[in-house]
Amino acid sequence: MTALHTLTVQAMLEGLDGREFSAAELCEQTLDAIDAANPRLNAFITVTHDEARAQARAADEARARGEAGPLAGVPIALKDILLNRGVRTTAASRMLSNFVAPYDGAVVERLRTAGAVFVGKTNCDAFAMGSSNENSFFGPVDNPVVPGCTPGGSSGGSAAAVAAHLCGAAIGTDTGGSIRQPASHCGIVGLKPTYGRVSRFGVVAFASSLDQVGPMGKTVQDTARLLEVIAGHDPRDATSSRQPTEPWTEATRRGVDGLEGLRIGVPREYFVGGIEPDVEAAIRAAIDRLEVAGAELHEISLPHTEYAVATYYLLCTAEASSNLARYDGMRYGHRADGDDLLEVYARSRDEGFGDENKRRIMLGTYALSAGYYDAYYLRAQKVRTLIRRDFEQAFASVDAIVTPTSPSTAFPLGTRVEDPLAMYLSDIYTISCNLAGLPGMSLPCGVDGAGKPIGLQLLGRWFEEATLFRIGAAHEALAAPMRSTP
Amino acid sequence: MSTAQDWEIVIGLEVHAQLATQTKIFSRESAAYGAEPNSHVNEVCAGLPGVLPVLNRDAVELAMKAGYALGCDVHRWSQFDRKNYFYPDLPKGYQISQFTHPICTGGHVDYLLDGQVKRCNLTRIHMEEDAGKSTHVDAVSLVDLNRAGTPLIEIVSEPELRSAEEAAAYLRELRLILRTLEVCDGNMDEGSFRCDANVSVRRPGAPLGTRAEIKNINSFRFVLRAIDYEVARQIDVIESGGAVVQETRLFNSNTGRTSSMRGKEEAHDYRYFPDPDLPPLVIDEAWADRVAGSLPELPMARRLRYQETLGLSAYDADNLTAAAPVARFFEAALAAHPGNPKGVANWVLNDLMANVANPEEDLDALPITPDHLAQLVRLIDDQEINGKIAKTVFTRMLATGRPPAEICDEEGLRPISDPARIRPMLEQLLADNPSQVAGYRAGKLKLLGFFIGQAMQLTKGKADPNVTKDLLVAMLEGGEG
Repeated sequence: MTALHTLTVQAMLEGLDGREFSAAELCEQTLDAIDAANPRLNAFITVTHDEARAQARAADEARARGEAGPLAGVPIALKDILLNRGVRTTAASRMLSNFVAPYDGAVVERLRTAGAVFVGKTNCDAFAMGSSNENSFFGPVDNPVVPGCTPGGSSGGSAAAVAAHLCGAAIGTDTGGSIRQPASHCGIVGLKPTYGRVSRFGVVAFASSLDQVGPMGKTVQDTARLLEVIAGHDPRDATSSRQPTEPWTEATRRGVDGLEGLRIGVPREYFVGGIEPDVEAAIRAAIDRLEVAGAELHEISLPHTEYAVATYYLLCTAEASSNLARYDGMRYGHRADGDDLLEVYARSRDEGFGDENKRRIMLGTYALSAGYYDAYYLRAQKVRTLIRRDFEQAFASVDAIVTPTSPSTAFPLGTRVEDPLAMYLSDIYTISCNLAGLPGMSLPCGVDGAGKPIGLQLLGRWFEEATLFRIGAAHEALAAPMRSTP
Repeated sequence: MSTAQDWEIVIGLEVHAQLATQTKIFSRESAAYGAEPNSHVNEVCAGLPGVLPVLNRDAVELAMKAGYALGCDVHRWSQFDRKNYFYPDLPKGYQISQFTHPICTGGHVDYLLDGQVKRCNLTRIHMEEDAGKSTHVDAVSLVDLNRAGTPLIEIVSEPELRSAEEAAAYLRELRLILRTLEVCDGNMDEGSFRCDANVSVRRPGAPLGTRAEIKNINSFRFVLRAIDYEVARQIDVIESGGAVVQETRLFNSNTGRTSSMRGKEEAHDYRYFPDPDLPPLVIDEAWADRVAGSLPELPMARRLRYQETLGLSAYDADNLTAAAPVARFFEAALAAHPGNPKGVANWVLNDLMANVANPEEDLDALPITPDHLAQLVRLIDDQEINGKIAKTVFTRMLATGRPPAEICDEEGLRPISDPARIRPMLEQLLADNPSQVAGYRAGKLKLLGFFIGQAMQLTKGKADPNVTKDLLVAMLEGGEG
């Protein structure tokens, strides 16, 4: 029998439905693969062997009764920022290193109902703050495709787990590129849905107006299948949209034909230097392939692009400074001793948060302070509106936008830790999408001269993930993208 | 040495009123008061990781009601902000409130003071969640999160109140309005109606003085004491050559004094910003119209109606209106016996209220229904019983909860007005008192009163006095007996 855990979700479901193998067998092989690879990769913070086996058994029983859910028996890895009841949820921080979630978040609930098998909680940057997964209290993750390099971040553990076949697919969160950039660096598919498409209930908040949960998979179709399960209105999240979900898997079936009649924009501001030559060449080649295959290309302008990084780092830090205030050592999480309340607060937070958390809390506190609010937070909100308008105008003439996901490929571990600004700039292509609330997808797009994966990013209109799936599937068919097994 | 008359007192009040919803403002947890500590706490109230607020529609509707009743601009678009500060009873490290765009602005409270209607304008009303409750016992601090997330409106007045008495009267009227609307139960003991006072003094005509904010004023009595103390303190500071500093002061009800809690330089920077978890609050026209059109009659309008339409005195009108349940009782009784508002009012205000310590809670628990009280007044008005018997019937009604007619019948309390039943009794009376009969006939007509009194005694007040009198006169002057 082939190594079951290396299959796509689609192939897993076909095999399970065809009784070629059981969910229990698939689960065991996946757990074995995790146990073998994780000491080296550190992709998982917690591996939930028992829960996975119980869910796999339940999936087999459900399938035998003819009641299998849409993901029955599929091993899924959850970024350790999503709460699942009874399982430690650390946000990769010391602060929550002892926190056992007392409830299921909305996405976890939907996946559970769909029959998914939760194999574990994946590593990430603490509180999802970072672009390299090096800000984890539980140590960095190694890139399974290019050992010695970061897998990207913050959802680095999820990307590595998918790329190393330690799950069928994974769930990540994306605040400024945290699904797409690691997907790019690990050569997998990652989707950040439209803001509001997926409930944030039960997700440890980083920046509430930017955070979005999304799927990370080996193929476009796999991510479509996951989105079908996790999307939809949730009354527990006031920012959750009532837009109906769609049969997105269907949107991936047309392959190259899906490009018919589609107008794709190429923003000139995204190709102006700072981009690695191999990355630019690969993206341009992919764009050419899309055009040859029938897409209509347009050069477009997103004039406020240059302000996106500054805007993003004002807004996300402002929101984070408030969102992370609840971690005070009083009710749960890490608590240090102190002689008085102030000391307990200060020590608990000093010990519980990592450097990047503290940096962002301080930046955000500053941006919201009396006397600075108008100059920083309020102005950033105004620029955010302008960035959104850029996209509204662009989408009047194109159906999707294509860009690189990241200006560079995976960088060696430890090389950017001391230069936060350089780290922030690596998000340059991904953050506008969050500021505007758009859906964005990163697709494997070949490798550079050193064999490191390159990512192509697609941006779509609000709630038009279907367009991304169509183009993504076409790109996949055209590029025969890299499939890597470490 | 100058006197207080040389100073003008300037007071603005901030009232926190707890909205009378079943559940909390941002979660479905119960908002009931008085439960075991930390028993009404779900993951949202506890500020666990990953939780999100969802606005309670009922809370919005109550805030809208208050806004329409107080003549505010109730905005179709408002927004929630985060007020960031650390305290153990604030689980998220921020309070969700409304800062830049509150649900209501403007408006006013018209209140009565010494028979005069006065007006205090409002700055704004905003919605917010309450924090939990901290209790400090020796070296230990206990936190109860039952109150965390309870819906509040904060009603902020302009600095237009000019005395502690005005402040107290304003507060009473505001509380009465909110109770009449059933927006807030107004219970100060349970903290559902709380007040902070901004107090300053100035020479008449001078610009506003530096103010101190007085916190922890949790009864009407304390409003007067706290403000009087603070005014005297500020005048004293200034007259001693000092300057009032802007600060927050805490009122201590045991000493009657205020003391500095924190100065301006220690004031928090709350770093308000729009809560990204909550979309703006949008009130559509249909909702606005429905709520605006569903307001009950407000106390001031009711007082006027009682005077002008029902012909009650200003004093009675005010007393009937002073507590919403009293007015409700009166209205219900009046509906059952519309012919005699003054009679119904008297019975409610005198006899009924004499048996009620706290009308907000006790009135509805009395066994007497408005309908029964109306029946009692009707029995009197129809001259089926007299006022004296009515008092007895009322006492029985209070004890048994039975209707007055039933009590009269079963306990033989109805008056005897049939001359055929009264006459034999009077004949006996005249026979037993020959000297008084002779005296009357000799011209001592005042003795009629003696006979009537005796007759009443014999019948325990049940004999109809008019029938009795007519019979007696006829018998005495007709030479009978």
